[in-house]
Amino acid sequence: MPLTPVITEHWDAPDLYTIDGYRRFGGYRALQAALQQDPDAIIGTVKDSGLRGRGGAGFPTGMKWGFVPQNDGKAHYLVVNADESEPGACKDIPIMMANPHALVEGVIITSYAIRASHAFIYIRGEVPNAVRKVANAVRQAREAGLIGSNILGSGFDLEVVVHAGAGAYICGEETALLDSLEGYRGQPRLKPPFPAVAGLYASPTVINNVETIANIPYIIDRGVDWFRQFGTEKSPGFKVFAVSGHVNRPGIYEAPLGITMAELLDCAGGMRDGRPVKFWLPGGSSVPMLTAEHLDLPLTYEDMAAAGTMLGTGTPMLFDDTVSVVKAVTRWLEFYKHESCGKCTPCREGTYWITGMLERFEHGTGEPEMLETITSACLQIGGRSFCALGDAAATPYPAAMKFFRDEFIAATSTPVDETFDPVASYVFAGAAAR
Amino acid sequence: MAISEATRGELAELAARYPRPRSAVLPMLHLVQSVEGEVTTDGIHACAEILGITPAEVTAVSTFYTMYKRKPVGTHHIGVCINTMCGLLGGDAVYAALQERLGAGHDQPTADGMFWLERIECQAACTHAPVMTVDWEFMDDVTPASAIDVIDRLERGEVVQSTRGPAIRSFAATERSLAFPDDGLADEGSSVDDKMLAGLRVARERGQAAPAIPSGQEG
Ligand SMILES: Cc1cc2nc3c(=O)[nH]c(=O)nc-3n(C[C@H](O)[C@H](O)[C@H](O)COP(=O)(O)O)c2cc1C
Ligand code: SF4
Ligand code: FES
Repeated sequence: MPLTPVITEHWDAPDLYTIDGYRRFGGYRALQAALQQDPDAIIGTVKDSGLRGRGGAGFPTGMKWGFVPQNDGKAHYLVVNADESEPGACKDIPIMMANPHALVEGVIITSYAIRASHAFIYIRGEVPNAVRKVANAVRQAREAGLIGSNILGSGFDLEVVVHAGAGAYICGEETALLDSLEGYRGQPRLKPPFPAVAGLYASPTVINNVETIANIPYIIDRGVDWFRQFGTEKSPGFKVFAVSGHVNRPGIYEAPLGITMAELLDCAGGMRDGRPVKFWLPGGSSVPMLTAEHLDLPLTYEDMAAAGTMLGTGTPMLFDDTVSVVKAVTRWLEFYKHESCGKCTPCREGTYWITGMLERFEHGTGEPEMLETITSACLQIGGRSFCALGDAAATPYPAAMKFFRDEFIAATSTPVDETFDPVASYVFAGAAAR
Repeated sequence: MAISEATRGELAELAARYPRPRSAVLPMLHLVQSVEGEVTTDGIHACAEILGITPAEVTAVSTFYTMYKRKPVGTHHIGVCINTMCGLLGGDAVYAALQERLGAGHDQPTADGMFWLERIECQAACTHAPVMTVDWEFMDDVTPASAIDVIDRLERGEVVQSTRGPAIRSFAATERSLAFPDDGLADEGSSVDDKMLAGLRVARERGQAAPAIPSGQEG
């Protein structure tokens, strides 16, 4: 399957991030067309396109917009989730740095469709360069009369606020994000009510991922039939894949959903030194890992689910045979332990105890019985936590055990750094490593 | 330090940016860090007064988020990503080298107060592993040697260019940008590099492209 750059098509134009550069390639044409349509027609188009959210869960975007009650006399809000902090996910930040106006145009069209007069772009604080690029784009759009009052004479008013977070993975969870945006500690809320009914300031709110919203101008401009040429019936469209790890050319690759990992890997120049893929994850640390035998599966929501994993953020991480899976899993659990917001007991306590046990395996002092203890702890966390971070934390270990049980057993007697020389997995060697 | 009238004015300006003022507490705390170098008690009180909430409420927010510090950060914040991808591809060695070079531990300042070292989590740049940050600007694809060179050059007061962003300024300057993000630096430094163009280039080489736009809809 070929690569199909759409969102990334003009990233080599040095001024694409400016409004003039973006307009040269047809930017803001979709907005003009959208403002001449009924908002419901736009929701209908997005429903028909079959676009699914790119934030990880793959929820149908048009359906989400349709949940917002109309003519309810309340303020509506659009909140863009630009918190991208999932380990492995690295596609929203590049989109915002390279093509911020696609996001801004998508924000304006989406706000018009859901009748929101206020939109917020919540960007993780640790990436100031993404924050300033988007803020610059928002100002340029405002100066061009595309944000503000009576946009292009349509009578539609919109304010857009660029908001920087302050370091907390949990704020990517949509209800925690809302609490954070209201000025509280970012802890998840009980659902229902869902944000579409009671979100920001208890008003109807749509929360979408950066890449989801960046798709909107292209769908409105080029139409449902064009969009559905890409991908499959259940996973229509294209995807900004970010391929990382022991590949020869890590980077951004945009292709239709349904491309296989093997095809993407070929685009990325194959594995370094011709080494084998040991394990890989289709989209972030929160989805179960796969092995080399799964490389020919199409990267779609449905095929990944059938293989027992998830497409997640669509940002594949590939590790070669120099890597200790015990070490990789331990590091991810250390992350979840650090990022657990502490609101519920299974996740707060479970991530703490599992991490402690895994660290003993990393140091070669795990007890064989602990393997069962960790399995049972994962079962106590998954499905029993307040939010999906708990489920995510319970994911890496069982997935790794499915394929690499022997490695955990070996780590009951030998530190992983003895079995796997850490230097072998570095991407630099010799003098650079000092 | 007492918060100046000018800063109070800017804090109030941030509060006015939102339909409900309390939403501004994160940017307000970033602004506090930009003038105080850390989240100080005076800064917390100023935010609380402007927002009409208690200092305890502001403190509770500030302690939840890792970017807020309760000790002076110093001139430059140095982050090294140690999450799985970066750490295993060499970030662990980069962190060890910087720890030795700076003589500081995780989330600690150096003795001279110039740097702050922190093991950071995934920086959304795994394609550029191992990743380091200086004042939260990207220093992609570092090695132990290149990371130490960055510190040396900062110490000598030389200009250090972010790999995807403007030249390095200071922790305080970045914190101000997070409060007021339209900081006039969007045109400084390139934000698109070879790795971000990798797929586009392969597509061009292979003569691949997205299907044509339906006729009649162009222009
Ligand atoms: C712990 C956690 C972190 C998340 N982080 C993000 C994130 O950084 N960006 C994002 O778009 N979605 C994230 N999500 C998913 C959001 O909750 C939500 O499903 C998504 O923003 C919806 O957008 P979409 O429908 O466009 O995909 C996260 C979920 C969880 C549980
Ligand atoms: S599952 Fe974890 S992150 Fe989610 S609410 Fe519970 S403690 Fe917080
Ligand atoms: S793991 Fe370091 S940037 Fe993602």
